[in-house]
Amino acid sequence: MNKLCRLLFFALLVRPIMLVFLGLNVRRREGLPAKGPAVLVANHNSHLDAVTLMSLFPLGILHKLRPVAAQDYFFRNPLLKWFALNIMGILPLDRKVKSKRRHPLAGIDESLGQNDIVIVFPEGSRGAPEQLGEMKAGIAHIAKKNPEVPIIPIYMHGLGKALPKGEALLVPFFLDVFIGETLTWSGDKTAFMEQLTQQIKELAEEGNFSPWE
Amino acid sequence: MNFMTLDPSVRWSLAAIFGALVLSTVIVQALTRLKPSGDFSNLRQRVNSWWVMVTVFSLAMTLSRNVSILFFAFISFLALKEFLSLIPTRRADRRVLFWAYLAIPLQFYFVHLEWYGMFIIFIPVYMFLLLPLRMVTIGQTKGYVRAAGTIHWGLMLTVFCLSHTAFMLVLQESKAPHSFPGPGLVLFLVVLTQLNDVCQFIWGKSLGRRKILPKVSPGKTWAGFLGGVSTTTVIAWQAGPFLTMLNEWQSAVAGLIIGVGGFVGDVNLSALKRDLQVKDSGSLLPGHGGILDRVDSLTYTAPLFFHYVYWLYDFQTFGTSIAQ
Repeated sequence: MNKLCRLLFFALLVRPIMLVFLGLNVRRREGLPAKGPAVLVANHNSHLDAVTLMSLFPLGILHKLRPVAAQDYFFRNPLLKWFALNIMGILPLDRKVKSKRRHPLAGIDESLGQNDIVIVFPEGSRGAPEQLGEMKAGIAHIAKKNPEVPIIPIYMHGLGKALPKGEALLVPFFLDVFIGETLTWSGDKTAFMEQLTQQIKELAEEGNFSPWE
Repeated sequence: MNFMTLDPSVRWSLAAIFGALVLSTVIVQALTRLKPSGDFSNLRQRVNSWWVMVTVFSLAMTLSRNVSILFFAFISFLALKEFLSLIPTRRADRRVLFWAYLAIPLQFYFVHLEWYGMFIIFIPVYMFLLLPLRMVTIGQTKGYVRAAGTIHWGLMLTVFCLSHTAFMLVLQESKAPHSFPGPGLVLFLVVLTQLNDVCQFIWGKSLGRRKILPKVSPGKTWAGFLGGVSTTTVIAWQAGPFLTMLNEWQSAVAGLIIGVGGFVGDVNLSALKRDLQVKDSGSLLPGHGGILDRVDSLTYTAPLFFHYVYWLYDFQTFGTSIAQ
């Protein structure tokens, strides 16, 4: 039942909004993985970031797509929690409690073990619209624990205009999604983070976008 | 107005366009076979996109009057969205932009009503006065002049100018209220505008030497411009009396208007893209670029051709039919 809801949500609501109301301009779509395990790393501007990335994959592998999302935010009320878990299929991330029993990123490792495609926004929060924030190092930890898994950097532009943080009115804008070159764990945390940051920065510059302020 | 009530000349013209598409597909296939070393991927993409555009346009023209109006409204929506995504906008203006989008359903509703008086002033007067009001209630003055100017300019080009195509479709002549010259006029306008683009390109490629506007569009030459305009005028002279109520001379002048207007519409958008340092306005139509790259000429030819015809003949619209 939940699986059907999920399919209908993406087929009847997300895709029409993405393709008609907004509109997607994807560069190097062939750089997306056909199957998991894989990690998509993207910049974060809007609540619609995750569904936008998910809409790039065939509906048949919807159940394999797992966006990582903050537990404290999405478990605020039962309805949102149900939506986050069953429709979006999130991997909840505990941002606050440092549990001794279980590492906060353990769920992601398990998910990758089941050949899922995990979506991560290392900036942590949506932040100021259309501005790159600093990436947190959790992604390096994921890469280190799963050195074989391809990591695909992605830059998205437009959703910070269409639906930025703190706004409820969706305004039509074309969205740009630039897929970067796959990278894997390089053996060094600092070097890995630098390379990832650099790649996303270069993708951002590729668009030559007008400032949004 | 549906396929069966369409004038036979419109049906024949649509059939001829599909024939031309089949021919170009065959030529591209033959080129790929004969010259395996050559790269025809852009050409093939272009032809494929033409198939999609012509099919959608033909369906829009033949299914029903309201489908046609909705089709042109959707083209305006895509064009305005592309424009507003391209230009620098301010965060403070998100709601202003939303209001600008709301002009589209209203403008095309006036087309549906055949309410000429409102159609012709809604965006140049009411939206022109209303958008700044919405902006001052938000209150951000930094960048105010640029924002007010660019948003309304975009609305004029992509909604007001393009919607003339839709209004042309619903026109009824006063002396023959139940004949519909619209589909023939729109087909004449759209096909000639696109042909003019192609002719200017081909003339420029084969003979072009002296650049006409080197600072705006380095690829455009005098030979392309003059060759294109004269070819378009000759085709219009032949096609006008077949597709529309215009006689030969009126058709030739229409061809001249479309040839020159199309050129200006094209370089107008080129200047915008050059200013913003982008090559294409978008990526909606593989091989062509964005929707604005395809309708740039039409933003000029649609209102110019419309008002030329509107001046030549008497038409019955909402206001006039009530008076009777």
